Amino acid sequence: MADKRELKPRYFKGSSDGKRPLAYDPLAKAKRSYDVIVVGSGLGGLTAANILGRAGHRVALLEQHYNFGGLATWFKRRGGHLFDISLHGFPIGMKKTCRKYWNKDIASRIVQLDSVRFDNPQFQFETQFTREDFTEKLDRVLGVPRQVIEGFFEHIRRMDFFDDSGETTAQLFERFFPGRNDVHRLLMEPISYANGSTLEDPAITYGIVFSNFMSKGVYTFSGGTDSLVRAMRAELDRNGVQLFNSVQVDRIVVEQGEVRGVEAHGRLLEAPTVLSNANLKTTIEKLVGEEHFEPAFAAENRAVRLNNSSCQVFFGLRRGESIPFVGDLLFTSTRPTFDSASLCDFHGESRTFSFYYPKMRPGSDRYSIVSSTNANWADWRDLNDRQYESEKARLVEDTLQCLETYLPDVRGKIDHTEAATPRTFEFYTQHPSGTSFGTKFEGLKVSMDLPQQVQGLYHAGSVGIIMSGWLGAANYGAIAANKVDAYLHARGKPSARVLV
Amino acid sequence: MTREEIIIAIKDIIETIAPDEETANLDPAERLRDQIDLDSMDFLDIVMELRKLYGVQVPEEDYKELATLNGCVQYLEPHLSDKPLHCAAQA
Ligand SMILES: Cc1cc2nc3c(=O)[nH]c(=O)nc-3n(C[C@H](O)[C@H](O)[C@H](O)COP(=O)(O)OP(=O)(O)OC[C@H]3O[C@@H](n4cnc5c(N)ncnc54)[C@H](O)[C@@H]3O)c2cc1C
Repeated sequence: MADKRELKPRYFKGSSDGKRPLAYDPLAKAKRSYDVIVVGSGLGGLTAANILGRAGHRVALLEQHYNFGGLATWFKRRGGHLFDISLHGFPIGMKKTCRKYWNKDIASRIVQLDSVRFDNPQFQFETQFTREDFTEKLDRVLGVPRQVIEGFFEHIRRMDFFDDSGETTAQLFERFFPGRNDVHRLLMEPISYANGSTLEDPAITYGIVFSNFMSKGVYTFSGGTDSLVRAMRAELDRNGVQLFNSVQVDRIVVEQGEVRGVEAHGRLLEAPTVLSNANLKTTIEKLVGEEHFEPAFAAENRAVRLNNSSCQVFFGLRRGESIPFVGDLLFTSTRPTFDSASLCDFHGESRTFSFYYPKMRPGSDRYSIVSSTNANWADWRDLNDRQYESEKARLVEDTLQCLETYLPDVRGKIDHTEAATPRTFEFYTQHPSGTSFGTKFEGLKVSMDLPQQVQGLYHAGSVGIIMSGWLGAANYGAIAANKVDAYLHARGKPSARVLV
Repeated sequence: MTREEIIIAIKDIIETIAPDEETANLDPAERLRDQIDLDSMDFLDIVMELRKLYGVQVPEEDYKELATLNGCVQYLEPHLSDKPLHCAAQA
């Protein structure tokens, strides 16, 4: 007799069931050749594809997942739940980036968060996340002399990428605020969550990101990640970019030091340039193959360190339930003092909450809460199925208990709970060790130097700390697109849009 | 293009990239960055527009030549003297 349960529609659970088998050829509409093939649809890949399409090049973008957006993504669950993964907030610069590389409509939907809060044993306050307000808080709450604060901000502002002193962020903080762990926490914690950097990373990466991020507020996209990606797809379409989802690129084909195209679904798609938005190390080691690079370069790449991964917990409130406004973004920790490594602790005591109210998606009346922490792949990698499920359950329960200190009656209002771990991120993005923010600083040079190793090969996407996050990845896409465009012009492929 | 037209061409490109900036009163001898809100990404976009509109390739090591309007004219004149002016805003 047939098991009754088999008749129920089966939910496909990607992380444990693997990829859903395809019943069609996802490349049926693909041409034999393009000017550029973009591998991966993270914000770096999407932005590069859009700029190159707009410039008149024939562009194909191939994404292994069925959704476009990479880590800029969302998921839906029964009961009308919708969760954003990486929309906690980004710097104001995203507005300009979207206006220049996308369109005015997308840019106009970027809005400032109303309230960012810190709550830890060293300080508790609400901030606008602006230079003025940080000055105010450092002065009034933490008692740092005004001229020291000004001196620090001025120093940061003048830091020059091309004139790197080799100082670490810890040394920089110690120089301006000796022994002030509370000040270090305020200055570092949000950045560590935003790009995985630590006190041991170069001060220059801190300086660049700080100036972007902690100077003019935190912003979000009104309508949510789903509507952003929908608007981006429409713009890509207008610019003639061909988008293909569910296409795993197996290989970037290189012959005699030059890119020939990519291999996917047993097919060769030809192109003189390939821009990879896959992880840098994956691109070199797996997609191209180390044999196509000088040994010294391959070694340099092998030495590039990956950034940490993440854990998230998603809470969906039952239809009709609501919570009072307790801020948009909350950095919370029960650890008495700060050190960056502990932000990655297995079942650690620090997390950020993003509270999503109906204002986030005009027209919706739903609430959701997402908690994020940094996490290490090694802590999750070797767990067997039973351990994995129980560690996830513990993560959910710890997070919920923490949430209850801010919203005492929230437990009864929640009807969907789910956790994501480094394994989840690894599965969905194929990034090694589930890295959330690409590589450490040294990855940037390797990424930039790719075209000198293999003609026509480019990389864009989270690398080097400064090029990660929504803004960093999108801007890096623009930088790489400019290089691809220059290369295609130099090869004498005139832009399709002839203006003379 | 004459030298004056090159200035028009550059200002026109700047206006498409940074529409909120006023370019009418720019001092040609002063650094653009000190007068209006242009960051390194904007300079990249200027270079890309020059390539698209006029086919001029500015290699990375020469970006610094474009720091002032006078610098732009000096650097671009040999590449642009035989090209007609068109406006990015209308492209
Ligand atoms: C939990 C979490 C929260 C975050 N929160 C924020 C935030 O609030 N604000 C912020 O600014 N940033 C945030 N970030 C960081 C930000 O999301 C990323 O830095 C950024 O989206 C990365 O973009 P990317 O271009 O590097 O590509 P990714 O988003 O990493 O995308 C790469 C794409 O390439 C595809 N791909 C890989 N290999 C192949 C292949 N062989 N063939 C085809 N496709 C392939 C992948 O499927 C993926 O879609 C967060 C990240 C995480 C993990």
